Amino acid sequence: MPNKKIIKKHPLAIRWFHWINFPVLAIMIWSGLLIYWANDVYRLGWGDKTILKFFPDSFNKALNIPFRLAEGMSLHFVFMWLFAINGLLYVLYLLFSKEYKLIFPNKSSLKEAWQVLLHDLRIKKGLPPQKKYNAAQRIAYTGVIIMGLGSLVTGLAIYKPVQLYWLCAGLGGYEWARAEHFILTILFSLFFVVHIVQVIIAGWNNFRGMVAGFEVESIPPAIAEPEEEAVANTAPLNT
Amino acid sequence: MPVFKEEIISTAQIRKRTLIAFSFFFLFLAGCIFGWIWLHRQPESDGALKPLRAVLNTNEKVFSSLLLSDDHLAKNFSLDAAVHKVRVNGDAGMGNNFDPATWKLQVVRKPGDTLYVSLDEIKALPKTEVIFDFKCIEGWSQITHWGGAKFSDLVKKYGLDEQAQMQYAGLHTPDNAYYVGIDTKSIMHPQTILCYEMNGQPLPMNQGAPLRLIIPVKYGIKHLKRIGTIYFSNQRPPDYWFERGYDYFSGL
Repeated sequence: MPNKKIIKKHPLAIRWFHWINFPVLAIMIWSGLLIYWANDVYRLGWGDKTILKFFPDSFNKALNIPFRLAEGMSLHFVFMWLFAINGLLYVLYLLFSKEYKLIFPNKSSLKEAWQVLLHDLRIKKGLPPQKKYNAAQRIAYTGVIIMGLGSLVTGLAIYKPVQLYWLCAGLGGYEWARAEHFILTILFSLFFVVHIVQVIIAGWNNFRGMVAGFEVESIPPAIAEPEEEAVANTAPLNT
Repeated sequence: MPVFKEEIISTAQIRKRTLIAFSFFFLFLAGCIFGWIWLHRQPESDGALKPLRAVLNTNEKVFSSLLLSDDHLAKNFSLDAAVHKVRVNGDAGMGNNFDPATWKLQVVRKPGDTLYVSLDEIKALPKTEVIFDFKCIEGWSQITHWGGAKFSDLVKKYGLDEQAQMQYAGLHTPDNAYYVGIDTKSIMHPQTILCYEMNGQPLPMNQGAPLRLIIPVKYGIKHLKRIGTIYFSNQRPPDYWFERGYDYFSGL
């Protein structure tokens, strides 16, 4: 059988943090919807004109959201612990393993992210060289860490607005903190949609990387000899 | 900078490693699904699934011991920040069969020993006004202006210090249809008042006249309107919304 090269892309710890976060965040968003329904005041629009109500009655009805505030709160204030602890361990892991160097944006990330965007939208060909993640990914994956932190902080502010008054005030007061908490949830949902689309486009090899940890590359016959292996170390990964 | 380790292995090896990893992956997903099903098959404890209720009770311990203190006051707003149209939410315990003229507050010192306090006697206590952001558990809030006597002043005046050493205070409406339990630390908080005024006027009937509780360190569900009886206990007094699945502490 032919040999192939595997590249160990995602450490085991990161894969666990990632996959634990998936159901936990889903439960946080779901229970958040149950809570939000009891005072569903947010909308996109101006004056009397509403473009999009959060959320349309049909949406609430379809998901059977109404009149489940107590259930939503009980789930939210239990799973918040898992969300916080998993997120905290993830960030600590990134810092101590130095993995953050592959994820946090650097000086050229903003410029390069623009090129990635043009490439992904099929406007321009060619990508800047990258290590584990391209510049757009660095910004997005660092962004969600900040969003997670933001959800924790705004969530704490509306959970204990009297005892943590300084926090609540720093976020613009109780009503603002609640709106910020909501906006972050919408951003998480949008991130999720883009993430899923990108994962589907990137394909099986990339998805396997997040589960098994490695990606597979076939070896061109010319560089299949053992002494050439080291050269491949510097080759960029696709996704 | 971490470098990616690479290996040259056979496709059979790759297949094997992929299979093992995905076995764990599907096991994990199945665990999540079964965990969710298991959770929802648990019996309820006062309207909340038992494991969730256990964590909510732990949250109370964590947040009340770490945070709750008399030094943490709800922000007092200026008079002009207070709304004139105060929202009315909920009428449990507010039946028509009630005569405010003959009303007296009942404070149970111990079973069989009840103290009766008239509204005038409560008004004779030092008056405290709070203008704070009233927060409903539904998620809305309103800056409202209330006046009344500090609960702690009632305790002081009527020598209820021994009772106030107990862990909880229980309050219910004259018809017993609405009732709350509150930890003593919160009810003795300096902003907790037995309220008889709203916006400088006598409390309206639909806001709980003649006397209601205003307790800024709690959600609105604990601000019982039309107080009939107050008592003290080391066990959690029954609580209307707690029995319907909400957190007992409901502290802010």
